[in-house]
Amino acid sequence: MQLHDVWFVLIAVLWIGYFFLEGFDFGIGILTKPLARNTAERRVLINTIGPVWDGNEVWLLTAGGATFAAFPDWYATLFSGFYIPLLAILVCLIVRGVAFEYRAKRDGARWQRNWEEAIFWTSLVPAFLWGVAFANIVRGVDIDAQKNYVGGLADLLNPYALLGGLVTLTLFTFHGAVFAALKTVGEIRERARAAALRAGLAAAVLALAFLLWTQADSGNGRSLVALVVAVLALAGALVANQLGREGWAFVLSGATVVAAVAMLFLALFPNVMPSTLNPAWSLTVGNAASSPYTLKLMTVVAAVFTPLVLLYQGWTYWVFRKRIGVQHIPAAHRPAAPAAPATPATPTASADRA
Amino acid sequence: MELAIAHETIARWQFGITTVYHFLFVPLTISLAAIVAGLETAWVRTNKEKYFHATKFWGKLFLINIAMGVVTGIVQEFQFGMNWSDYSRFVGDVFGAPLAMEALIAFFFESTFIGLWIFGWDKLPKKIHCACIWMVSLGTVLSSYFILAANSWMQHPAGYAIDKATEKARLTDITKVLFQDTTLTVVFHTLTAAFLTGAAFMVGIASFHLWKAKRRPEDADPKRTAVMRTSLRLGLVLAVVFGAGTALSGDTLGKVMFEQQPMKMAAAEALWDTQSPAPFSVFAVGDVGKGHNSVALEVPGVLSFLAHSDFSSSVPGINDTAAAEAAAHGGNPKDYIPNVFVTYWGFRFMIGFGMTSFVAGLIGLWTTRRKFLLRPEFRTGDTEVPRLMLTPKRELSPLLTKWSWRIGILTMGFPLIANSFGWIFTEMGRQPWAVFGLMTTAGAVSPNVGVGTQIGALATFTTLYAILAVVEVRLLVKYAKAGPVVTEQPPAQDPSLRGPSADEDADKPLAFAY
Ligand code: HDD
Ligand code: HEM
Ligand code: HEM
Repeated sequence: MQLHDVWFVLIAVLWIGYFFLEGFDFGIGILTKPLARNTAERRVLINTIGPVWDGNEVWLLTAGGATFAAFPDWYATLFSGFYIPLLAILVCLIVRGVAFEYRAKRDGARWQRNWEEAIFWTSLVPAFLWGVAFANIVRGVDIDAQKNYVGGLADLLNPYALLGGLVTLTLFTFHGAVFAALKTVGEIRERARAAALRAGLAAAVLALAFLLWTQADSGNGRSLVALVVAVLALAGALVANQLGREGWAFVLSGATVVAAVAMLFLALFPNVMPSTLNPAWSLTVGNAASSPYTLKLMTVVAAVFTPLVLLYQGWTYWVFRKRIGVQHIPAAHRPAAPAAPATPATPTASADRA
Repeated sequence: MELAIAHETIARWQFGITTVYHFLFVPLTISLAAIVAGLETAWVRTNKEKYFHATKFWGKLFLINIAMGVVTGIVQEFQFGMNWSDYSRFVGDVFGAPLAMEALIAFFFESTFIGLWIFGWDKLPKKIHCACIWMVSLGTVLSSYFILAANSWMQHPAGYAIDKATEKARLTDITKVLFQDTTLTVVFHTLTAAFLTGAAFMVGIASFHLWKAKRRPEDADPKRTAVMRTSLRLGLVLAVVFGAGTALSGDTLGKVMFEQQPMKMAAAEALWDTQSPAPFSVFAVGDVGKGHNSVALEVPGVLSFLAHSDFSSSVPGINDTAAAEAAAHGGNPKDYIPNVFVTYWGFRFMIGFGMTSFVAGLIGLWTTRRKFLLRPEFRTGDTEVPRLMLTPKRELSPLLTKWSWRIGILTMGFPLIANSFGWIFTEMGRQPWAVFGLMTTAGAVSPNVGVGTQIGALATFTTLYAILAVVEVRLLVKYAKAGPVVTEQPPAQDPSLRGPSADEDADKPLAFAY
């Protein structure tokens, strides 16, 4: 295995980590609409990911940065080629981050409703577009001899890619619903399980079709194994969800995301972005990679810091392991009003702690 | 050709707008993280309530600010690929490394520990909670270090070779990228400038509250005054220390730049012809077409001193430098002259706005002194608004007092303005190069992205950023005006820390929730 193959694997790992983690973040964001019946419930959902969503998003930044360092041509072709979908994703991620932070910083029903609306849409759109993007990467796009994407926006919205988008959308919603069931108490927990069943069934149908299509088009032996694992994991997650084994359901819905994304990367290898115009113009791990010096350097950096990141991110999940329900949601935020009631010892007065 | 020019121009505008915007939040994030960490440490060590309230208050402003820093940073990470794909292909081998390190080492750190800090008030023991904000602070510093190493490489490429086969830059020595003198001085200068920014911000908000307490003593709350008094003094000390540090580091950086990019510094001074000794320009109106200044006000010898620490050495001018660059790289000398107007005024506004805050800090530190050379009857207690004392027994007149507090408030954003101008000067003074001496900006853009797409993206970001700016400023003003919640008590430690069985308080609301 050459160094650039190692880096292909590492980049796959970063994207898989991103989709595993932000997958349920997106799912939670989407579920704020169909699942939560009132503001308190919406806040329960948002707060299940409150302490962790920012750290989860850094997996994307790292995937981007690592692609830049290890495969500059891949980074350049991908992001200049998929310009408009990426622009839409960026806008969503900007608004979404601000929405989480600012929603509760001001009283007023309209203010909060607007940010809640924003959280829903800015979770839904990227959840769909990432699927479109990755489907196109695997399928191949119009790349010319100078490694530039020369197709248009419409070419990216082909049936296969749109199906891919629906797969990530439903799969992330399922993953998020399972996460919600795992992290909440009370009525919302029951409803999350019911929502998980519906989203999971939809995801199962769509994912099966998409993964089989992928296997038929660009599959190989290894990708077939990943496909089987993904399907079994999804089935298992649905069963565990029905049995009320929420921990297992989450592990298995996560495994579904991992296996499905892994399958795409396995189907892709050794290309990183195949050209539909001429196979010779495809970007491969060989012709898109950085020099051995850079790859070696980055390998050392990744070997030291990735385990460290996993360690302290894991610790965060441990610290915030408790389930939450509406009874845990403090009264609405109010900025430090000079005449704030002085009942410091009771927990409700600490609503403003930030 | 026409279109090609438009293409580059739009990409530059987009990069300029999004980056300057990102950098409005960055200096405050860097400095407030460390300041909040310091305040929380003071609370943990002394258990004094005022430090707890100060931590909470500045922490809240810090969080409102960092949210914007984070989301605008995401755009930065992907812009190189979107708009500058030829640049990315050419430099990725070198430039990508510090960028990836930044994400893996710094961003994970910041974003994970900030979550722990925000939500962990009653979940973590005090000391560990305090350690979390120190981790965030360390993350902000690391993140600036790596990104500035990347930027310094564009200013002064080092530790690379041009690959014969691919004609691309190839990294040969990472230590040269991370530790070359450009990187070190730029980091020094940017970090000191960041702390000056946070200091002026603190002084401004504290002045606002203290001046209000002075004018309307009946509404003043002694506890709030105590918090603001501490903040004011801390802000003033930081403004002086880091103001001096910014000047010192800026001077060092200038000397490095005179050597590495003589064109930028000649343009910064509108020095058209090589002179020895060279004067420092105070005011100039240049004529680019003719290559000289039509109006100029100069201090003889000072530029020589800035460049080489003596008053008589020769400093190369724009015309000679342009001719030299044209001889080395081909083409017309005029192509190598950056926008002299922007560079010249950018340099002056950077120094002018930033140093105003430094001077204000010096004066404020003197007038608000507590004991030093002050008659006992003029000394003020911990919970009183300090009197502004000129001499040991003379207080400033009411008019001057009013204006002193007002200046504290008005100069609050000056270093922020200075920072923007500093970067605009740095980046525009490097033109026409994207990577100095290796790749022009024109050759760096994405060839396959249409002008229409780019205009759409530029309009989208500009609109979105403008809206968010309004939202953010309103929130900041609202929370800054409200002041610290002095009724708030430090959280009791969560019983569940003692083990999973201790769930007697299972329904206790979260200490913090979105
Ligand atoms: C509060 C802000 C502030 C203040 C008061 C100053 N600067 Fe500055 N300066 C910056 C904020 C800044 C900056 C925004 O942070 C820059 C942009 C790039 C960089 O490294 O720092 C910068 C760049 C910058 C550069 C260009 C470096 C390059 O091209 O890489 C020079 C030569 C100086 N500065 C010199 C000075 C001098 C001699 C100062 C005088 C006392 C000074 N600066 C005050
Ligand atoms: C954060 C502070 C920064 C600010 C305010 C800033 C500002 C600017 C501005 C105003 C331009 C447009 C120049 C022009 O139109 O002539 C520009 C260009 C550019 N800057 Fe920066 N910059 C900053 C940091 C960086 C850093 C850290 C990097 C690299 C990592 C960088 C890389 C670039 C690139 C690639 C361009 C486009 C090419 C060019 O026009 O020169 N900048 N920047
Ligand atoms: C053009 C170059 C730049 C890029 C690509 C970039 C990238 C980013 C990204 C992706 C984030 C969000 C991190 C997160 O989600 O946690 C961010 C935030 C930040 N950046 Fe920048 N940035 C640039 C310029 C700068 C400069 C010049 C500095 C400092 C001197 C800086 C310092 C910071 C800091 C302190 C934050 C906020 C805290 C945080 O990272 O969470 N950035 N930047």
